[in-house]
Amino acid sequence: MIAEQLPILLIVIPLIAAPLCVLLGHRRAAYALALAVCWVTFGISVALLVQVQQSGPISYELGGWAVPYGIEYVVDYLSSFVMLFVSGMGAIVMTYAPTSLNRALLRSKHYLFHATYLLCLTGLLGMCITGDLFNVFVFLEISSLSTYALVSLGVTRRAPLAAFQYLVMGTIGATFILIGIGLLYQMTGTLNMADIAHRVQTVGGPRTVLVAFAFLTVGLFIKMAVFPLHSWLPNTYTYAPSVVTCFVAATAAKVSVYAFIRLIYTVFTPDFAFETLPLDTELTGLALIGIITASLTAIYQDNVKRLLAYSSIAQIGYMLLGISMANVAGLTAGIVHMFNHALIKGGLFMVVGCFAYRMGSVKLDDWRGAGKTMPYTSFAWVVGGLGLIGVPLTAGFVSKWLLLTAAVENNQWLVAGLMLVSSLLALVYVWRVVETLYFADPSEQAAAAREAPRGMLWPTYVVIGAVVVFGVWTEYSAVLAFQAASDLLEVTP
Amino acid sequence: MSTEQVLGLYNYWIVIFLMMTGFYIVIARKNMIKTIIGLNIFQTSVFLLYITMGKVRDGEAPIIRPDAEPDVIYSNPLPSVLMLTAIVVGIATTALALALIVRIREDYGTVEEDKILILDRES
Repeated sequence: MIAEQLPILLIVIPLIAAPLCVLLGHRRAAYALALAVCWVTFGISVALLVQVQQSGPISYELGGWAVPYGIEYVVDYLSSFVMLFVSGMGAIVMTYAPTSLNRALLRSKHYLFHATYLLCLTGLLGMCITGDLFNVFVFLEISSLSTYALVSLGVTRRAPLAAFQYLVMGTIGATFILIGIGLLYQMTGTLNMADIAHRVQTVGGPRTVLVAFAFLTVGLFIKMAVFPLHSWLPNTYTYAPSVVTCFVAATAAKVSVYAFIRLIYTVFTPDFAFETLPLDTELTGLALIGIITASLTAIYQDNVKRLLAYSSIAQIGYMLLGISMANVAGLTAGIVHMFNHALIKGGLFMVVGCFAYRMGSVKLDDWRGAGKTMPYTSFAWVVGGLGLIGVPLTAGFVSKWLLLTAAVENNQWLVAGLMLVSSLLALVYVWRVVETLYFADPSEQAAAAREAPRGMLWPTYVVIGAVVVFGVWTEYSAVLAFQAASDLLEVTP
Repeated sequence: MSTEQVLGLYNYWIVIFLMMTGFYIVIARKNMIKTIIGLNIFQTSVFLLYITMGKVRDGEAPIIRPDAEPDVIYSNPLPSVLMLTAIVVGIATTALALALIVRIREDYGTVEEDKILILDRES
């Protein structure tokens, strides 16, 4: 009985818990509720993944209204996989949150943070699970609005400014998506994604379809922070509180990438996007320029959060490269990189949060010599950094290797070569931090610092440990991604 | 395209005009309040776009009356319903943006983005 209702429970539980947190109005009670809800959500995602593995994709009709008239929730190989790591990172970052929050926020306001965080999680999971295009827009706005609010909680006065700039860019993006959905509805008379896919005339159809596709693509490009529409991302990641950056960096952009994959592979067809329209060459071009430019910019950053933010823009490029290849190998690489990068970037931002908590700074200069006073935290940076570069035995290697082999198979030697160059650039910016941590004379802050509190260190190590585990054992990352990619391209694995 | 066709699509011309006006204000204005006004005009144009497509020629309001003739044509209510949701989203966005502007004004003493940029560079 309850197993059938899991898809809706996944959304409803955090959605209802959010206002409950506000009503409770008490720091500990709200935190206990939020933490419990986050882990329950993760549990439901796992259960859904198991169900999909055992008995294939699930379709859930909201309120018993038959598809395509009612809203449909679809749990298939791809969405269950994305929901798994989104809710997983949501739960682990929530576990990590309270200690770190003490530095960012008045204790009396913590319950509001928990409520907003749950709303953001609801929105992200909703975008994954829904099979209705307008519903995607609604959930997108739920997650975006709560993200703007979360970003503005940062301690410096630049945080509200960054949030405002993100709000303007994000709203333009969301409105573009809304226009695209409207035009598609005009052409097909339906909002259900699978139904649109049946009805939309992609070959020789009216030009409105092209315009709709263009609006949706540009809107999602803004949300994904694809170069050159990434300008909101560095400030947002830099000035948001550490906890928020961990969560947003690990999940938000990936869910937009997921929506983009859905748009191309489920609603439209790869034929339409890559043959009728030259989206594949454009994606490859933008991705490569983005990867190289963002990596080069990252090298020159003095602020470690900003460094990682630019690195995130580069990593989005890898996912797009995989998507643009339009074959199982490439798409698998793109999807698995979503997962691996969520772990790696989430983990690294958690490490940054630990340093920021003890030293009150995210400037690289202030971190000099912290390797001696904060050995565990520093070591976590080294492992996470190796993952980011893509060294064997880390998760980063798995996805980069898959992407590289896919590029070589397609004879895209330029892509393969530039990927190797960008990995070297990643080595440079990761190594700059490692060198500062271990081989520099301690700064005042670093000498006075102690190891990060256990409440932050443990969750960090769980994520960093996962980076290593999923670098060796790919049963639940690459294999699931391969299934999802085969399912999308309708190839039997 | 004949003149009649061009004139017949007048509501779409209004949509496009409003859309571009709003978009231009967002890009060109440095004053944050004006940016938000531009954003609102931009969003409103999309409301009009949806409502336009819901109208069926000679269609009446989609309320089923017991005494209605069997072959009566109704307008499509769905786009209008979708726009109710979008209006709510728009209000939430505006409210949040204004709240952020209040905080920015408290911290910087101005709502002009170029002045804030100078203040940030000095500090």
